[in-house]
Amino acid sequence: MRGATRAKWAVWVMVVVALAAAGCGGGRSVGKGGAVRASWGDPQNPLEPANTNEVQGGKVLDMIFRGLKRYDPKTGEAVDVIADRIETEDQQHFTVTIKDGWSFSNGEKVTAHSFVDAWNYGAAIGNEQKNASFFQYIDGYDKVHPDSGSPSAKTLSGLAVKDDRTFTVKLNQKFSTWPDTLGYAAFSPLPKAFFDDHDGWIKKPIGNGPYTVRSYDKGTVMRLAKWDAYPGPDKARNNGVELRVYTDNNTAYTDLQAGNLDLADDIPAQQLRNVKADLGDRYINQPAGIVQTLAFPMYDKGWSKSGMAKVRKGLSMAINRKQITDEIFQKTRVPATDWTSPVLRAEGGYKPGLCGSACSYDPARAKRLIAEGGGLPGGKVTVTSNVDTGSHRVWMDAVCNSINNVLDSEKACTVNPIGTFADFRNKLGGHQMTGPFRAGWQMDYPLIQDFLQPLYYTDASSNDGKFSDPEFDRLVDKANGESDKAKAVSDFQDAEKVLADQMPVIPLWYQNGSAGYSESISNVALNQFSVPVYNEIKVN
Amino acid sequence: MGRYVIRRLLQMIPVFIGSTFLIFFMVYALGDPVAALFGDKAPDPATAAQIRKDLYLDEPLWKQYLHYMGQVLQGNFGTAFNGQKVTELMGTAFPVTLRLTLVAIVLEMVIGIVLGVFSGLRRGRAVDTTVLLLTLIVVSVPTFVSGYLLQYVFGVKWETAAASVAPEAPLGELLLPGLVLALVSLAYVTRLTRTSIAENARADYVRTAVAKGLPRRRVIIRHLLRNSLIPVVTFIGTDIGSLMGGAIVTERIFNIHGVGYQLYQGILRQNSPTVVGFVTILVIVFLLANLLVDLLYAVLDPRIRYA
Repeated sequence: MRGATRAKWAVWVMVVVALAAAGCGGGRSVGKGGAVRASWGDPQNPLEPANTNEVQGGKVLDMIFRGLKRYDPKTGEAVDVIADRIETEDQQHFTVTIKDGWSFSNGEKVTAHSFVDAWNYGAAIGNEQKNASFFQYIDGYDKVHPDSGSPSAKTLSGLAVKDDRTFTVKLNQKFSTWPDTLGYAAFSPLPKAFFDDHDGWIKKPIGNGPYTVRSYDKGTVMRLAKWDAYPGPDKARNNGVELRVYTDNNTAYTDLQAGNLDLADDIPAQQLRNVKADLGDRYINQPAGIVQTLAFPMYDKGWSKSGMAKVRKGLSMAINRKQITDEIFQKTRVPATDWTSPVLRAEGGYKPGLCGSACSYDPARAKRLIAEGGGLPGGKVTVTSNVDTGSHRVWMDAVCNSINNVLDSEKACTVNPIGTFADFRNKLGGHQMTGPFRAGWQMDYPLIQDFLQPLYYTDASSNDGKFSDPEFDRLVDKANGESDKAKAVSDFQDAEKVLADQMPVIPLWYQNGSAGYSESISNVALNQFSVPVYNEIKVN
Repeated sequence: MGRYVIRRLLQMIPVFIGSTFLIFFMVYALGDPVAALFGDKAPDPATAAQIRKDLYLDEPLWKQYLHYMGQVLQGNFGTAFNGQKVTELMGTAFPVTLRLTLVAIVLEMVIGIVLGVFSGLRRGRAVDTTVLLLTLIVVSVPTFVSGYLLQYVFGVKWETAAASVAPEAPLGELLLPGLVLALVSLAYVTRLTRTSIAENARADYVRTAVAKGLPRRRVIIRHLLRNSLIPVVTFIGTDIGSLMGGAIVTERIFNIHGVGYQLYQGILRQNSPTVVGFVTILVIVFLLANLLVDLLYAVLDPRIRYA
């Protein structure tokens, strides 16, 4: 039977192919030389410190750079690292003295020049650094970074080097907590190699942190090795880290389960239900400095006329935050009761309940308040956000349902989904909103100032709703001039009470950072920016 | 033959211009991408303006297109937002995807044609029905379902294959993703071959060959199969293009950093130079693959000639 032999032959081909498909691969059980294998995303921008404004690039900077200060991963307190002392008499002129003995991994000493040159580079408009605005409080910023036209100076006039270990900073306003902002990566020192061979530096960054970059294949993998001669106290407790780019956090999670990955720091929403069963206590879910809010377009007469504060408060009370954070986000978000974040802790200005009853779900009062305030403008409200990431569509639908249920109407609240984030940002920038819109805020540094001033001060950079209140501005100014930290915090909280009173922005929830890790590593934690503290990880 | 090829190559020029034009306008119609570069913050107006100027985004659309095409003709595909040259991205992405596509095409040819021949020769019998049923199932399951399923079964449950592909993308690790990528096309190849074989098995030239007393193997491979492959070759030819561009889902599931990954990333970040550049290359691949298929016809069927 020729047919039968041929059939057999075909079966064999199939079996061989299937076996080949199944048999190959596998066997990548440990990283090279005891390195921690961690998930990563392709950084959006080149890895320059003043140009990195998202978590993925931030992970690398946190490993290869140390600045004047660093935020303690546990408490969020800004502690001196390279700074020996930062002194001021008037909250506007600062003298920075740096410690001796610090150097970059190529041997170059870290001096006052390393900082001043780096900051001048970051502020100059021609370098197109996305974090340039961090230097806006330094005197002369408007000369090197004019709103339009070409710059009239190359360096910040407020920065002056006195000697190798000292430089002075003059700010253009009083800002008592300014030294505490210096833990942000944008303020990192830069070696000469950065300026001399910029392309080479971008391909393989050189810094002064506990790790050095061993190899970097853009878009796929970065291998970092422990720097043995690191002079700081927080030496790496593992031999190195291998950052692997994943396009899909589902795949990273699958790889974690399959033992191909040690640390996945973004658990996909679909897996949140199973993560406890899959990982047990190797799942981390802890607060991060991110707060999600719904901002009102205060430039729209319909929302800002007198009496509307009641309507805005009523809408806030109509949102069942707890149900949404429990059901949709599986407790990776926590209902917000103020405008800051739990990572600030009580000393830093976080005050749960500051918003009062306006942030708790109360259908009866919500309905009454909205009616008292004159009802919704035009009888309806439209909630707007981009829907390309972050399950925004899902929670917006839930928020609208909640409002509709309270108002006994199917049409009171509708969702206006915007396809891309860029489009959404363009519409915000053009002040085209006619109803509340999503306003997420990821802190730059763990200070209460960062949660208030850039967002609600008159004409502040991220004040997209154009909220303006003289009392709020006055209290923020007062806080910034306060030499005592506790007093400053309490002034900021007074300013926050103005928000509670006017409700130009509804606090929704605090966002947590999540991560899962394998059995082969331990001592894993996230810092306030939801970046894993890599140098503390131990390999078992 | 030579003139035919030249004519076809010339025809590609308007197709190329037209398609890049369309892609360019569609990508740029999505809006201003610079606003998305600053995270949740409002962009700093001065910095944003400077970036727009550098990327030619402050010019009218038609000027941008002319500038872009001028650069492309000089071999400069522009720079992605993360500061990498698009040609550099292509240099890393295309070899990986090419390897994945090759694995997929080989799998789909070998398995598809063998299965097709068998079921075609045994029309209506158990083997035929089984194969038909299997292909029906495969065709109706979307790639992302079969992808995650096979990844979980082989990668996590049995741990016989890597759940994801290493950055170097060695051939061995590409077998499973290649199979996932090939599955649907494989089913089509099987069905096409089967129908074609079943039809031709009763043709006069096959009967003559059998009557001449040729061995059965020779009849099937030289006479029957060669003629029956024409529709299959057409399909596989067009499939090369779509496999290379359409691997987005598979590449995402298995974390392969190829063309699909770059396209996905580019679209997500509205990185127009990346998207337009990659699609332009894909258009060329598609056009060339089609030309190759047309030329293959003449090889398979001597009756077809190109003047």
